[in-house]
Order: sequence, then structure tokens, then C-alpha cells
Amino acid sequence: MTHTHEHSECRKLLASLSEYVDGALDESICDVIEQHMGECERCEIVVDTLRKTVELYRATVPAPPVPEDVRARLFLRLELTDFMKAMESD
Amino acid sequence: MLESTLNVPPGALIAEASPAPPSLSKLQSGDRVEFAQLVDTYSGPIYRLALKIVGHPQDAEDVLQETFIKAFRNLSTFEGRSSVATWLYRIASNEAFMALRRRKPEAVSVDEEIETPDGEQEPVQIVDWCCLPEEELLSSESREHLDKAIDHLAPVLRVVFLLRDIEGLSVRETAEALRISEAAVKTRLLRARLQLRERLSHYYAERLKVEQA
Repeated sequence: MTHTHEHSECRKLLASLSEYVDGALDESICDVIEQHMGECERCEIVVDTLRKTVELYRATVPAPPVPEDVRARLFLRLELTDFMKAMESD
Repeated sequence: MLESTLNVPPGALIAEASPAPPSLSKLQSGDRVEFAQLVDTYSGPIYRLALKIVGHPQDAEDVLQETFIKAFRNLSTFEGRSSVATWLYRIASNEAFMALRRRKPEAVSVDEEIETPDGEQEPVQIVDWCCLPEEELLSSESREHLDKAIDHLAPVLRVVFLLRDIEGLSVRETAEALRISEAAVKTRLLRARLQLRERLSHYYAERLKVEQA
């Protein structure tokens, strides 16, 4: 892979990449990052894979249900067992 | 323990219970239905957070119970400066870190200063795996790898990542839940995401080789 420009620029931009993929940066900073990515394939790959990493986690980590016995003990400890039964039949 | 505010007959108001977000005024007036709804709504996310921080089902269950017991006990003094959900996450995070310290005394605290002037570690894995098909990216094996990769993060990074990217809190809410600055949240989130990207890149690069073979 070619990477001929001054590497310090990549290092400087690294600190902004998380906010960049969140769309939380000012347009002027986005412009700088995007201009750099146009010239630096390495940073473009880092940004694309960073964005994909966040997307995958947000898309694929499900909310596992609390195990039934854990839930039952929780409601028992909180003296809410009657409400738990009512919720289940609701 | 909870008798003092058990002033609503069980089951009486379930059908009328408020949807999320929970009503703080109802909770503070001792509305058992509202509290039961709160427990029902947030027990899943709190248990998941606890399990990912402490790593042991029994400890996670203890964190879950202690979180709601402490929430119940302290409802009257909760001023509502953050949302009830953020407040619950704060209690749960504290409980989880206490459990972690009991099991691993060397473990760091949630407010430990980890920001260094050296900046972030440079990315090593430079492979564009975004082109992999969805069924590869989201296979059961890949999902397992995604899940396990979180466990390799230091606890102070893991909790920020879990609250922000898994539970969907904003940067501000995450900062409120952990009582750290928004700048610290951003730094830790970046570090967590970069570390996860490295692990995923290593894993998906191998899948890419197979795909292209």
C-alpha cells in the first residue's frame, strides 16, 4: 500500500475519528478529515472499518433477556412478586 | 424493607402503568406499579451491563439486585438532574466496579485517570473488510467474536463503550452516569473503539482471505 505523505497528519486526525464517525464534528473539521482521506488510503480504511465496527456492535448485540430464575429472585428480593405475575399475564 | 411505601395493591394498576420514560413523581410517591415497571424495563440492560463488566453471572445478579434496592432506597432524595435511566446506570456501574474490585483488587476504578499525553496507539491492522457480505459479518461465529472482543477492553474503557455504543446513551449521559467529564468519555470511547477495530480487523481479515481464496 502506498503511503507517501507526512505521517504526522494521520496521527493528528486519529483523535477526531470517533467523533467523526458519530457525525459530531463541525463541518470544517469534517472537510479536513475528508480531504486527508482522499489522499491517504490508510486513513480511509481506518475510518471505514471504525465506522463499520460501531455499526456492527449497534446492530448485533441484542438485549439478552434476564434469565427467568434471576428475574424471579430480583422481584422476590424487591417484594414485587405479585406485580411480576401480573406483568406476565398482562 | 420495602413495606413503608407498599401503598398500592399488587396488580391493581398494571394496565394503567405509564410507558417509558418512568414518572419520577409516581416513583417518589411510592407507586409500586411504576417501580415494578421500572424494574421490568431496565432489569435487562442493567443485568447485561453488569455481566459484561464483572464477567460472572452470580456477581452480575448481585449487582442487579443491589442496583434496584439502592434505587428504591434513594428515590426520595433523587433530584432528577439526570434521567432515571442514567441514574440507574450510575448506580449499576458503581456496584459493578465494587464487585470487580472485590474479585480483582488490582482492577481500576471507574474514575481513574487514564488519559495520557501520548495520544492514541496508531492503527496496525489496515485491511478493508467492509466489503465482506452481511452474512459473514453477522454470522453466529462473528457475533461471538464481537462479544468476546469487548471483554478484552480495560474495565474503564469497556464501561464507556457499553453505555455509549451498546446501551445507546449520549456522551453527556455517559459522563453523568460515570461522573467523569465529557472529554474523558470521548477519549475513552475513541480508545475502546480503536481497540475493537483492531481485533475485528484481525478477525475479518482472515475471513476475507477465505472469501477471496
